[in-house]
Amino acid sequence: MRRGGVGDPGAGNPTTALGIMGLVPDPPGEVLSGSVLFEGQDLLQLPEKNMREIRGGKISMIFQDPMTSLNPVMTVGEQIAEVVLLHSRMSKQEARKKAMEMLEQVGIPGGRCDDYPHQFSGGMKQRVMIAIALACSPELLIADEPTTALDVTIQAQVLELMRNLKREYGTSLILITHDLGVVAKICDKVAVVYAGEIIEYGTLEDIYTDKRHPYTIGLFDSLPDIENEAAELKVIQGMVPDPSNLPEGCKFHPRCPYAQEGCKHGRVEPVQISETHMVRCGRFRSGEV
Amino acid sequence: MAEILRVEELTKYFATKKGTLHAVDGVSFSVEEGKTLGIVGESGCGKSTLGRVILHLHQRTGGRIVFQGKDISDVTPAQLKELRKDMQIIFQDPYASLNPRMSIGEIIAEPLKIYKLYPSKEERQKKVREIMDVVGLAERTYSLYPHELDGGRRQRVGIARALILNPRLIVCDEPVSALDVSIQAQILNLMMELQRERNLTYLFITHNLSVVKHISDDITVMYLGQMVEKAGASEIFAHQYHPYTKALISAIPQPKYNAPDQQIILKGEITSPINVTKSCRFAPRCIYAKPECFEREPQLEEISKDHFVKCHFVREINGL
Repeated sequence: MRRGGVGDPGAGNPTTALGIMGLVPDPPGEVLSGSVLFEGQDLLQLPEKNMREIRGGKISMIFQDPMTSLNPVMTVGEQIAEVVLLHSRMSKQEARKKAMEMLEQVGIPGGRCDDYPHQFSGGMKQRVMIAIALACSPELLIADEPTTALDVTIQAQVLELMRNLKREYGTSLILITHDLGVVAKICDKVAVVYAGEIIEYGTLEDIYTDKRHPYTIGLFDSLPDIENEAAELKVIQGMVPDPSNLPEGCKFHPRCPYAQEGCKHGRVEPVQISETHMVRCGRFRSGEV
Repeated sequence: MAEILRVEELTKYFATKKGTLHAVDGVSFSVEEGKTLGIVGESGCGKSTLGRVILHLHQRTGGRIVFQGKDISDVTPAQLKELRKDMQIIFQDPYASLNPRMSIGEIIAEPLKIYKLYPSKEERQKKVREIMDVVGLAERTYSLYPHELDGGRRQRVGIARALILNPRLIVCDEPVSALDVSIQAQILNLMMELQRERNLTYLFITHNLSVVKHISDDITVMYLGQMVEKAGASEIFAHQYHPYTKALISAIPQPKYNAPDQQIILKGEITSPINVTKSCRFAPRCIYAKPECFEREPQLEEISKDHFVKCHFVREINGL
């Protein structure tokens, strides 16, 4: 199952992922409450030692910027082998062989495992990141804007690779992105995040053909459409709120064209509008829509 | 309508340790006043270099640049200074292109100071406030500093600074790529509105195809320093003849449920523009490549009215 998290930057997507991985910097960040259940186990209760076993082994993560996430003074082969050696009982030779295999799998000749990151192009570096993330056959892969730094034709190659992972290994994927096109391409379920909250959640079909939250609708409307000509793009008025100074009530109300008095106060609870489709908007609670 | 800019066989080579890098190689086009030419391509295709060579931010290696009917290929520093009044640029990164130690008012006023246009401070301030109003910057931002603004507002500052001298041509180098999706639309609308009101000409450089379609009248697709296809914006999205353009357009993920999957996945990566040989530069990644493509460079050819393609086998591939 692959879930996509969509939202403007600053909406809180990556932080959620870091929370799952136990990577929220503390201080200043602290996970206040809640639980993260992975295969029935609450990751937040797990001691750091056990968490390290899971991180990179059962759950791994791909970061947005391959240029800064790889170690510039280690060969890519060493960086892949490092994960393998941490999580399995392989010898160094075996780990090196595994590293070459992983490179081949992401479409890079195994012979390049002694090259350093700067010798690769952006798309290839991103594939090295994917090779590292997949080296231990994780059950869950968290990808934070994995293709945002890449060109369109290279993005297509990387997305194809990620689709194949699901087919071949049954890897689950949490994809974090602002690109609604990428989501449509590889996700089964979508959560739209605004100011740290999921404001709409449903299957790909729910979100793309039956979107309900005013923010989701605005997000789709603000995209230039390749197929249709429109003289002017629709815009969502205003700016994403400062996370340290969020508005009271519904966090979207200052920008919402349908906002009413009731939206300005109190917490908006999620409403289940079908078995799979959740919306967090006061208008659904009051039965207006 | 009057032609405002024409470039002929423009080239820009850089000498590198490994050999000559062909950043821009024999590019020709012309733009009419009040229109937008979109220049599309992937990173490293030379699109930004092209924009910079036209503005004389890089010295050209060869070719001609004609602006408002005058050959500006070789200009003296004094002439260049005059020229810059009419040609401005908006940069991609609104974070890096504004001086962090100057207030918004000072940043926008700087071009006026350089050209000594409004000698009195009061007049300058009045002019700055006027232009801030035009680009939708609130009065209160006048004395703020760049770090106090968000990306969208910073880009508005960049636009205001480019507009204040009342230029005829603006090179827009990825002006919305660094912005949030919901802010992108605001800036694009603003730029189109300004174009209509002031009859501005844009060279719009971007890798984002949906954005370029929205804003451009004509589109040029570049690959490794060369133009591979050029046509009207709606024409090129309706009929792509070059194999690279086809792959590029098919690779855009559509934000639609169950969008038909007709994606062409290219092999390999963009090859190096260093020490290029006489061949089709796209051949190593092209699914239709034949031996001839590696031996001879194709010429830009008019396939249908105002639609140019650089490919040996364009008729064969497209059944024309």
